[in-house]
Amino acid sequence: MTAQTAGEIAAQEFARVVEKHRPQIYRFLLSSTRDIDLAETLTQECFLKAHRNWEHFRGESSAMTWLMRIAINLQKDHWRNRRMQFWRQTRTNSVDLDEASEWLPSGERSAEQQLLARERVKQVWKAVEGLSERQRTVFLLRYVEEQDLSEIALATGLSEGTVKAHLSRALGKVRAGLGGER
Amino acid sequence: MTRNLMSSKQQRSASVVDDGVMEQALVEFRQSVHNWSEAAYNRPREVRVAVRRSWRLAVGWALGCVLAAGSLSGGIYEHHRLQVEARMAAEAQAAKERQLQVKEKSKAVDEDLMAAVDSDVSREVPAAMEPLAQLMDGDESK
Repeated sequence: MTAQTAGEIAAQEFARVVEKHRPQIYRFLLSSTRDIDLAETLTQECFLKAHRNWEHFRGESSAMTWLMRIAINLQKDHWRNRRMQFWRQTRTNSVDLDEASEWLPSGERSAEQQLLARERVKQVWKAVEGLSERQRTVFLLRYVEEQDLSEIALATGLSEGTVKAHLSRALGKVRAGLGGER
Repeated sequence: MTRNLMSSKQQRSASVVDDGVMEQALVEFRQSVHNWSEAAYNRPREVRVAVRRSWRLAVGWALGCVLAAGSLSGGIYEHHRLQVEARMAAEAQAAKERQLQVKEKSKAVDEDLMAAVDSDVSREVPAAMEPLAQLMDGDESK
């Protein structure tokens, strides 16, 4: 196999990975930042970084876990850089909780049920906003991306025990937010 | 099969969260994020950026043209003003010189006149000395 052919195969393989995982990476970044444009920018950066390091990817974890790890680091870097800026107090382009809670499928529910559901989603968003960075990441990976604890541990670089602890605390806060603390 | 896998995952989530309201809220939250993300991911973005860009570009060009036209017309006006000033200064200088020449000319005429008057006056001699003057004139003619 010539070097050119190997390069072409790798490029095709990477294109397939992008096509398959881009929506999920975008979704994770959107739920983390609540900023449509920022999520788009970070997604592009994530795949650019992945493309640069594609030949070093050994397949020890799944491509999705590898990409998610890059995405988590990128959003972490982003928040860290924002903290360094003196205008950090100014609001970002994040959409407000009302707008973020509007995306429920109407289904066969009554208007009242839809209103209640929207209110619940808004309360979850509010609780998520109050979580620490790690708690939020773990919570979103578990309950939005539906990843296993082992996958979350690989993506975040934490042990499974630590992931469980963060998840438990995050759930406690969300429960409190929903008014279900006992 | 995917649906089965999803439902088993959801069941696992539910086993962690035993509260019914909590479970329902988490499911709704997930659906909401998925729907929002799908809508945002498929939105037509390039058009909005292009419109904003072209609008800015047009304003930039318009301002640039106004500035260029302003500086060009300013330059032309300044050049014209300097030319008019130079012409007026030259005309003033010429008039001054003409005036000076007229003055000098009239001064020369006055001097000639004075000289003629002087010679006429000097030629007038008392009657007693008339024969002597005629004698001098006769000597001069010789």
